[in-house]
Amino acid sequence: MPGAIYAEGLVKTFGDVRALDGVDLDVPEGTVLGLLGPNGAGKTTAVRCLTTLLRPDSGRAVVAGVDVLKDPDAVRRSIGLSGQFAAVDEYLTGRENLQMVGQLYQMRAKAARQRAVELLEQFHLTDAADRPAKTYSGGMRRRLDLAAALVVSPPVMFMDEPTTGLDPRNRQQLWGVIKQLVSGGTTLLLTTQYLEEADHLAHDIAVVDHGRVIAKGTSDQLKARTGGERVEVVVHEREHIGTAAEVLRGFGKGDTTVEEHTRKLTVPVTGGAKLLAEVIRELDSRGIEMDDIGLRRPTLDDVFLSLTGHVAEAEEAAGNDRSGKAGKGSKGSKGKETVK
Amino acid sequence: MSAVTEAAPLAAPGNPVGRSVRDSLIVAKRNLIRMCRIPEMVIFGLIQPIMFVVLFTYVFGGSIQVGGSSSTQAYREFLMAGIFAQTVTFATAGAGAGIADDMHKGLIDRFRSLPMARGAVLTGRTLADLVQTALTLLVLAVVALLVGWRTHENLGKVLAGFGLLLLLGYAFSWIGALIGLSVRTPEAATSGGLIWLFPLTFISNAFVDANKMPPFLRHIAEWNPFSATVQACRELFGNFPPGYRTPDAWPMQHSVWVSLIWSILITVAFRTLAVRKYRSATA
Repeated sequence: MPGAIYAEGLVKTFGDVRALDGVDLDVPEGTVLGLLGPNGAGKTTAVRCLTTLLRPDSGRAVVAGVDVLKDPDAVRRSIGLSGQFAAVDEYLTGRENLQMVGQLYQMRAKAARQRAVELLEQFHLTDAADRPAKTYSGGMRRRLDLAAALVVSPPVMFMDEPTTGLDPRNRQQLWGVIKQLVSGGTTLLLTTQYLEEADHLAHDIAVVDHGRVIAKGTSDQLKARTGGERVEVVVHEREHIGTAAEVLRGFGKGDTTVEEHTRKLTVPVTGGAKLLAEVIRELDSRGIEMDDIGLRRPTLDDVFLSLTGHVAEAEEAAGNDRSGKAGKGSKGSKGKETVK
Repeated sequence: MSAVTEAAPLAAPGNPVGRSVRDSLIVAKRNLIRMCRIPEMVIFGLIQPIMFVVLFTYVFGGSIQVGGSSSTQAYREFLMAGIFAQTVTFATAGAGAGIADDMHKGLIDRFRSLPMARGAVLTGRTLADLVQTALTLLVLAVVALLVGWRTHENLGKVLAGFGLLLLLGYAFSWIGALIGLSVRTPEAATSGGLIWLFPLTFISNAFVDANKMPPFLRHIAEWNPFSATVQACRELFGNFPPGYRTPDAWPMQHSVWVSLIWSILITVAFRTLAVRKYRSATA
């Protein structure tokens, strides 16, 4: 049985650009799929096709058990969408925004009013409820946008880069909300260019590049594909680098890499925490002072690099997700902080 | 953050017409709230027509002859229907800019992802514009009365004249809706909604007596759809100057009906095009 979100061979072209080039997705009910990829990879286009905003050129999609192309209106009743632009009316108050959305979901006026009160409470917006949304901070607007997507507690949610442009505190807060939502059984498809975000929130990750899903799996599976764990040591004294390298060679399962200027040594290992303890004892017994030591597992940045051969960096030149409309390229280049 | 509670289950959608009317009114309400929160937009919309009333009355009024009369009072009365009609067509720019702004900000995406009637976002907008047009006309009529405009027909006819003006404004706001969905920025929608209105409203009988134009322009003016409404209003307000002769052109002879038919045709045609465009709209 297909999952709550299912897509098969989705293709969408804008002129010469194949924004989606045969995307297959299957998200089991109650799980979170992270759609991970750089700008222009096709993430937003995929979300727009699945949320009935855009008609794919070919392919099939089923959301909440309903064919997206055959009965888009039924799909709209079962989904919530929260976009990368906080789509709330800035001249309406938070309360008015939520009431309007509720009524447009065909709730009765009274029910919509009541629901707005609940959501404002849950998203800590009660104090600001009767202020126009344009007076809200970025984080508050995102919360209001998310609340608007949750007005009818849809069984399936889509979030397109929910935290792009938010500061770390607001991002953490939003992650909390998303986790809570998912623990209540909502199926969620989340796009992000923050590798950390996918790692943190998603059960499964689909890596997208150039309109295709190039890898799928859990975060652990993807990391395992890139290679195993390694020990990283930063020694305090530059003259200890040589000795430390010698020690690490004894434990390592491959070449030790040394970064002279940061005094950092890295070696692939197997054996986990037990081995790490042995390394520490050995270094200590030789009188080597350490600034830092740890067992490192590959990050999703490493995964992305090994899969695509390029870092998860904004590819503005390749055209934008939103059919050539500029506007988000500048703010979302956090993906740049990748491997050396 | 406290637990995210469940909403009550949704009612099954009612009949499509009822839903369409209801959704349109919800969106209209939203646009009217916006209008109250941005009063400067309404006020700027009033300044230009009031300026025209004053300028045409006092600056041009003395030198423009209409019908067989050169009296300033005759021109004042003649002029107002023209300015009223021109003013209502400016609803085009408002609707266009508003909808382009909604596209730009991602609100159209939000609306399109909701299980609401397809045409409601646009109908709601044009209904709100209709309210604004009515307000503008009211203020303009008061200013016109202050500078000496008078009607010479019964109240029913005068109201019918204003009805035709509102209908024209409503029709033109659908042209604006289509423009708003077709351009990339609100600024482009504003200029795209205005530029063509100047030749349309000036090559007409709005400000001068078309009988006195050179034959080529006179024909354009007499067949200009916009002229029909102006002519109809003059007739319903009793604002023809002494010695004025209604042109022989067919639309001028049957101006009330022609005005009505044009407004309905424009509404139907542009509503169809705009709703179709909305369904596939991408920001």
